[in-house]
Amino acid sequence: MHETAVAQSVIETILAEMRKIGRRPVAARISCGQFNALNDEVMRFAFEVAAQDTSCRGMRLEIRHVPLQARCEGCGRTFAFNIHEARCPGCGSEAFAFLPDAPLLLEEIEFEDESDDEGVSEQTDPGS
Amino acid sequence: MKVSLNRRILDRNEQCAAQNRAFFAERGVLCVNVISSPGSGKTTLLSRTVTDLGAKLRMGVIEGDIKTDTDAQKIRAAGARAVQIETEGACHLSAVQVAEALRALDAADLDVVFIENVGNLVCPSAFDLGEDLRVVVLSVPEGDDKPIKYPGTFAGADIVLVNKVDLLEHIAFDLDRVRTDVHKVNPHAPILTVSALTGTGMTDWYDWLRGRKASRQPSTDQTESHEGKTESR
Repeated sequence: MHETAVAQSVIETILAEMRKIGRRPVAARISCGQFNALNDEVMRFAFEVAAQDTSCRGMRLEIRHVPLQARCEGCGRTFAFNIHEARCPGCGSEAFAFLPDAPLLLEEIEFEDESDDEGVSEQTDPGS
Repeated sequence: MKVSLNRRILDRNEQCAAQNRAFFAERGVLCVNVISSPGSGKTTLLSRTVTDLGAKLRMGVIEGDIKTDTDAQKIRAAGARAVQIETEGACHLSAVQVAEALRALDAADLDVVFIENVGNLVCPSAFDLGEDLRVVVLSVPEGDDKPIKYPGTFAGADIVLVNKVDLLEHIAFDLDRVRTDVHKVNPHAPILTVSALTGTGMTDWYDWLRGRKASRQPSTDQTESHEGKTESR
């Protein structure tokens, strides 16, 4: 359910960027770690609902899941943590420490290109 | 046209959490965020803590529930200040709500502020409230499979309290499994077994809490955040 709060926050940021840039947003990419992971289906639905009456309606949403890294306290190896196999793949030790989980990030927004019809007044193109 | 932002999605919550954290640090108040499923005994745990430790620690409680101020009333009856946040449907507390509640609680002269989060093992773990410590409560009737099913919450715990151990003789619940699974995602987390109802094991919890309070002194600089255990902590 934190997907709802994430969707609202993402849309607020996109709308703020849209006002600066003056073009319609068409796609966004967000990313999450493992312990703060987003459920793709729930996230897309929450985004669709939150976008409904805004200029974000119809945007594509890409969700990138970043693996969680752990460092073995036995042999020092860094490895991608797998909860079903919670031990160092090198030496088998179960003593390890997590590196920071990836944050929830709005990585990138894609806006319509200048040539697209609905693009809002940038000085270069219109008319010619 | 692509614009690269790499902006933290919950940054507004995190900024507010940082302000809460500074408030606690300046005044030497220890803030403890208590997270669990509904019905695990958070309120009973805190009521008993207030009753038993009230002479030694000045405590206040911020209660989060979707509806009613039942829990705040119980805490007041136990002898501590309490402020109720009714989230009206939201499944977690946010740092802004806590900031408002802190003003209502008049928290500056307290030793410990507990935040009893909305009963939920999923969402609260993603929202930093500015707390110093996270306590995750797991009660015996919920089953021993919860740590592995909700790893994010247990990964962020500073301590895990297994509550309602007075029911162990009636319910199939494997404590060793809980220890193993918690340590898969949080290798150094202490795990205490308690019964907030009968009082079993509560002195271990009090010792731990008072030890953490003792190492908490007022400071003018901002303390470290929980950054890294989970994203928005």
